[in-house]
Amino acid sequence: MNWFKYSSPAAFYPLAGKMAPWFLAAGAALGAIGLYIGFFAAPTDFQQGDSYRIIFIHVPAAWMSMLIYVVMAFWAGIGLAFNTRLSSMMAHALAPTGALMTFLALWTGSLWGKPTWGTWWVWDARLTSELILLFLYIGYLSLAAAIDDPRKADKASAVLALVGVINVPIIYYSVQWWNTLHQGASVSITRSPSMAAIMLWGMLVMVFAFWSYCIGAVLLRLRHIIRERERHAAWAGAAGG
Amino acid sequence: MQWNSAAEFFAMGGYGLYVWGAYAVTAVLVAVEAVTLVRRECAARSSRAQPEGKGRPR
Repeated sequence: MNWFKYSSPAAFYPLAGKMAPWFLAAGAALGAIGLYIGFFAAPTDFQQGDSYRIIFIHVPAAWMSMLIYVVMAFWAGIGLAFNTRLSSMMAHALAPTGALMTFLALWTGSLWGKPTWGTWWVWDARLTSELILLFLYIGYLSLAAAIDDPRKADKASAVLALVGVINVPIIYYSVQWWNTLHQGASVSITRSPSMAAIMLWGMLVMVFAFWSYCIGAVLLRLRHIIRERERHAAWAGAAGG
Repeated sequence: MQWNSAAEFFAMGGYGLYVWGAYAVTAVLVAVEAVTLVRRECAARSSRAQPEGKGRPR
């Protein structure tokens, strides 16, 4: 099988259409299982009470916000280096979902911070670098939207995405490099290993749910971008599925 | 199961405002994104299927 075949928008368009519903359905199913574990199987935390249940959306959203940025910068970079149109379109399709995940990480973190730290917001390294990530997504989207020529917009926004990727390791290691209010990368927040296990499982299932949903959403948005960009091409006028 | 009643579940041990505030905004924003994308997809599929009339065009 020739995988380079799918580097053409015309070839990838129907494949994305076939895959997207499966990813969205898997995301919904995993989300239902994850929420059941999170709210009914996992016990109340002995330190944080039930406020810790925010973890089941906070951690997946925060992980996705960083992962999507790296994937976005990767495809933007491939588009810049090899002038492949589909790579740049993929980067544009990833950005809005990445921005949404970043906002959700900040929002749920704020609502978790108030009961546990006593403050909605603090300018510590983890929170500030995550806020910068949101600004990078917004900057990327604004720059891409501000330039009329799509090929020039691809190149300019790709440079921004690649420069901004330095922020991702800063977010990830911020809790080690600086003395932050945000806790370290630990998932063992409970007294006994068995309870930590069920909480961890709930969180991991939610991570896969978010992952699956994001792939489905990005594929649908990619199809929309392909339709917009390729509407003058002969195949796009005739493509059904 | 640690909940004795629905009220206890919604109270979340006193953290209801924070927990449900986080989950509600997440649910609404993800739903808005998903519905927008799916509706745009459905509109595109039906507008392409119609002009040719029957089935997938050549």
